[in-house]
Amino acid sequence: MAETAVKEKESAISFGKAERKLLTDPLNDNNPITVQVLGICSALAVTTLLNKAIVMSIAVIFVCAFANLITSLLRNYIPKQVRMIVQLVIIAFLVTLVELTLKAVAYPVYKDLSVFIGLIITNCIVMGRLEAFAMANNPYRSFLDGLGNGFGYGVILIVIAAIRELFGKGSLLNFQIIGPGPNYVLDTEAIAFLGWYQPNNLMVLFPSAMFVIGVLIWIQRAWNKKLVDIS
Amino acid sequence: MHSTGYITRFVLIMTAIVAIALAFLAIGLKPIHKLNEAVYNKRAILSAVASEIEGDFGNLTDEQVQEIFDTKIEQKVFDIDGNEVSSEQVIAAGYAGGRAEDIEMGKERKKPDSEKIFPLYVYTKSDGTRFYIFSVRGNGLWDEIWGNIALESDKNTIAGVAFDHAAETPGLGAEIKDNAAWADQFEDKKIYDEEGNFVSIEVKKGGGTEGMPHAVDGITGATITADGVEAMIQKGMKYYEPFLKANN
Repeated sequence: MAETAVKEKESAISFGKAERKLLTDPLNDNNPITVQVLGICSALAVTTLLNKAIVMSIAVIFVCAFANLITSLLRNYIPKQVRMIVQLVIIAFLVTLVELTLKAVAYPVYKDLSVFIGLIITNCIVMGRLEAFAMANNPYRSFLDGLGNGFGYGVILIVIAAIRELFGKGSLLNFQIIGPGPNYVLDTEAIAFLGWYQPNNLMVLFPSAMFVIGVLIWIQRAWNKKLVDIS
Repeated sequence: MHSTGYITRFVLIMTAIVAIALAFLAIGLKPIHKLNEAVYNKRAILSAVASEIEGDFGNLTDEQVQEIFDTKIEQKVFDIDGNEVSSEQVIAAGYAGGRAEDIEMGKERKKPDSEKIFPLYVYTKSDGTRFYIFSVRGNGLWDEIWGNIALESDKNTIAGVAFDHAAETPGLGAEIKDNAAWADQFEDKKIYDEEGNFVSIEVKKGGGTEGMPHAVDGITGATITADGVEAMIQKGMKYYEPFLKANN
């Protein structure tokens, strides 16, 4: 007991290899979406447009990091019998915070996302990190772990959304890139060259997110040999 | 292991802190939320006449939307018989503001026809041309759909439409909002035939609609939503018929 306390104190201030690993592991080797296959429902639902995915990612990073921090601060006081409910209250608190703020500062985005912001409460990534990490680690490390997992989720979400919006609507962040459309950012010569593309409506529909996630998992496993033995 | 007393105390205190914090935040932000919602609705109403508004409609700031709405829009409210309803009666119907913009179409839909009231927005361009904007609401595939339909001063030719929805599928039903080219089809269509009979707009499945004054192309894969739009316009515009037929 005394030993672990000392250990915790040491790592509370430093940013060493172990801390860096907390941040980078969820980005690749232990990605919540492509390796643990968690948080899939929102990954399917909010990735039709890039700007939606970016706002969603920021919300999840915030909730994940601060839920981890608060849970870790309270971890020695939370009664074990009701720990899941307590965690849920913390998450719900933060999600409501995000929802109210978004409604005040970016109402159209809130309208677009509303249901899915609320559904962060049931996002298995957040709950999973609280239960598996924050309940057993100090606040500083927990905060880093939350940030890392939030980013790991966000990166995949943004990649999927970019692919889906580009091929589904021919645009990125609502600026027309390829295909016929009124909102071109490029000059007219480029339109003639890029206008051949016919936006594929399948990419806007939910099943396409499943294909895209599948292909991403495939690419990641082909490239990262460490993952091959895990499953 | 903690005692039951400790658990109870912990849970009560924690819930109380969270509830109080969120309640204060919600009350504090409420004026901003209300303002945002009002601007969002005004933007939706104005987007039915987007092509007639000076300046780049897509880039209007919240203040500009408020200004255009306050200076160029005249608000009226009608009952089912086409009589104009006073502000007191609108308040009596449950809308504290007493103006057309305060009316919630979702609530009106559930009332019996005789108690319904209908908002109308008259947009006057700088050159004096008038446009009438009507609000309609109906059912899509998953949930409600609604929209604003602008007619030119002849009360027959459609100047523009703007639809929105609660939960239609992105890429299918949601195209009624997302696909500007689809909504553009409604422009210059007519809701009355040459004999003056109300025919509304048909959303056709397949086949071209060029040269057809009362039909637009449907959306592939969104038959039910498209049918919902058709029914919504048919029913919604019918309510305004006393006003449409009146000579004023």
